[in-house]
Amino acid sequence: MRKSQIIIGGIIALIVGIQACEKFEPGLPLEDSLLDGPIEGLSLSEMQRFNDGDRTFNNEVFTVEKGLGPLFVSNSCVSCHAGDGKGNPFSTLTRFGQVDETGNQFLHLGGPQLQNRAIPGYQPEVLPMGATFSRFTPPAVTGLGLLEFVPDDVLLQMADPNDLDGDGISGRVNWINIPSYIKPRSGSISQNGRYIGRFGKKASVYDLLQQTVDAFAQDMGISTLYHPIDVYSGQNADPEISTQRVNNVGFYLQTLKAPIPRNQTDSEVIKGKALFTQVNCSSCHQPKLTTGNAPISALAFKDFYPYTDLLLHDMGPGLDDGYTEGIAKTNEWRTPPLWGLGLSPNSQGGKYFLMHDGRATSIEQAIELHGGEAAASRQQYNKLSPTDKAAIIKFLKSL
Amino acid sequence: MHKKYYVTLLISVSLFVPALVHAQIDSTLFRRAENKDSLNNTMNMDAIYNRPMLSAGKLPVALGGYMEANWQHIGQDGVSQGNQFQFRRFTIFMASTISKRIKFMSELEFENGTKEINIEFAALDMEFHPLLNLRGGIILSPIGAFNQNHDGPKWEFTDRPISATQLLPSTWSNAGFGLYGKHYDDDWMFGYEAYVSGGFDQSIINNEQGKTYLAATKSNTDRFELSLTGQPLFSGKLAARNNRIGEIGISYMGGIYNRYIDNGNVIDEKRTLSVYAVDFNTKIPHIKTFITGEWAWIKLMVPESYTQQYGERQQGGFVDIVQPVLQRKILGWPKASLSLACRLEYVDWNVGKLRETGDNIGEDLWSVVGGLSFRPNSETVLRLNYRHQRSRDFFANPPVLLGGFSFGISTYF
Repeated sequence: MRKSQIIIGGIIALIVGIQACEKFEPGLPLEDSLLDGPIEGLSLSEMQRFNDGDRTFNNEVFTVEKGLGPLFVSNSCVSCHAGDGKGNPFSTLTRFGQVDETGNQFLHLGGPQLQNRAIPGYQPEVLPMGATFSRFTPPAVTGLGLLEFVPDDVLLQMADPNDLDGDGISGRVNWINIPSYIKPRSGSISQNGRYIGRFGKKASVYDLLQQTVDAFAQDMGISTLYHPIDVYSGQNADPEISTQRVNNVGFYLQTLKAPIPRNQTDSEVIKGKALFTQVNCSSCHQPKLTTGNAPISALAFKDFYPYTDLLLHDMGPGLDDGYTEGIAKTNEWRTPPLWGLGLSPNSQGGKYFLMHDGRATSIEQAIELHGGEAAASRQQYNKLSPTDKAAIIKFLKSL
Repeated sequence: MHKKYYVTLLISVSLFVPALVHAQIDSTLFRRAENKDSLNNTMNMDAIYNRPMLSAGKLPVALGGYMEANWQHIGQDGVSQGNQFQFRRFTIFMASTISKRIKFMSELEFENGTKEINIEFAALDMEFHPLLNLRGGIILSPIGAFNQNHDGPKWEFTDRPISATQLLPSTWSNAGFGLYGKHYDDDWMFGYEAYVSGGFDQSIINNEQGKTYLAATKSNTDRFELSLTGQPLFSGKLAARNNRIGEIGISYMGGIYNRYIDNGNVIDEKRTLSVYAVDFNTKIPHIKTFITGEWAWIKLMVPESYTQQYGERQQGGFVDIVQPVLQRKILGWPKASLSLACRLEYVDWNVGKLRETGDNIGEDLWSVVGGLSFRPNSETVLRLNYRHQRSRDFFANPPVLLGGFSFGISTYF
């Protein structure tokens, strides 16, 4: 009798135990501490595409057999954008060969991007003599779909290339030539056959498909149907990845959620937010944008808070590397979104690597590097009390 | 696919033909070669033969094997895999004493159903002298202890040690030849092994793991007939055992791993791989606590212009502590035992610093596994484990947490 009671008790304990198993597994990190995740409102089929793209972006390592190289910068998407966040100097890439709007003069010598790594048996590229260059630290990739569907006319309305309002902030769009495989969005505005670029440090990329195709080609040496060229030899090449998977990666980037701000009711954060506007940082780092029509309904007509105007601004001689893209000048940089800034160390190895090339290792350093159109805001920031400065920093870390 | 069918057919014939010949045979007529107490009479290098086998009548072949099946409920950072039922391994041993001092032993393994079918060991042993034995065939490299002593029923954990299976990478076998021998002196035993065999290939630095991963070579099924390097892999081990203290072994495995000549033309530099390991095991008298572990260091040449994600140095190991808490008749099994167990594991897949920042490279993992095991006899084990694991990516970003329960059964047959 005692034995059977033990057995029955054991079976009941086992059943209860199995039901409770999940309680003993690691919990989900706080939602606002993660950059990964889909935007709200995707349909079931869109969610499947998101997952397919997620697997390629975050899980896939490209090998020689899968098309890597022979020259490359990185062997996976995630090695540049860990957790969909900003990259580390390890994956910072080098662009070279263009000094003005006449175009890149070093395309025949491997430009515009230096492939600084090579599979065994090959030698990586070295910078050609006389080529000016700039180093680009990979950006976070969250919320990009929202940025993609901000209408062109909104960007043009924010632009003030001749500073007609006299606030010291100009801002202009980068008119770029788009590749033949890109179909302009409906409502796109063109000028002399050029379209408005909005992605990349110099706003030289039109949309996320182009960004994806460029990354496969220039960063990983993987040819696609869209760009069937081997960047090593410059010769035609068979696609090394299916078009569907390239499209799904593009879709994944479009539908990644926007970073979720934290501590928004904290009084110091509220104060910092007001000071941010007071010292005029928000002229370029526009808090709010709104999407227009979009083929993905979850992205259409949405208000969001990226803290960018997607425009080019003169950032002064300190940030002038002597290299550019499109019609941007060498001292002009696209305003980077500030959303997710506080989560940067989670993907950059516990540290900050800010500005276009990661040269700033703190938010304070990054502010100090602002020159040109941003110099006035920097000076106003420097006049603030230590308490007020701390409030701005806390606000920025809350984004 | 065809290879799988042939192997399955071969096994079926080898198993069922004797059964048909002795149709309706009384199973008590099978003679069981009992597993000996591994603590007092044998060394790790003997694990290949230290297995229970059955032989029938005058059949020249003894048969045995083991199986492992698991249930697990594991989650990672809040995402649970739910209930997973796994048939990890079904392994068949076939051994034969061909004549005095000439033996043959083989181990054929089906992993995860029939997803992987491998001949893990199939070698002829000829003894010229206790200190001089020739072994040839598919051999298990004597690196660390686990590689040769890996049978599921011997362990108190549902999972094999990560450092042993992925770093070293157990079970690692290849076609080759070599010598081994042992010397006894009262309570002391000394053993050596030295083999040359086919080696690794370039997949160890060109794989979908995105890190130096010796286990990647195991997916190259051509390695039993073609060594792309044309160079032998040397593996060797020295071990000493005292019956009162325990056993310690030091081992080495190394050679050129990359294809540097193709079609007679030099296409790359020669790159070497070296693996060093130390292993030990002991049983504390009176309280019968069994402790075993191993630690390995890996060094290899990686082209400087390649990515640092494929590290030049790795290290890792594990320690198992098993404490019997009950050894008596339980539920009618006269020699049953109940044990508590704990495993500590650590693996650093990429030892070094980032060239760009000088910061330590992450890509490491540690885990603690607690366990409760029940053995109705020495050859069958039921085990319940809980794993807590932390792993960091290449940049040493905040760790990914993994944890959960697993339950498994494993038995020799």
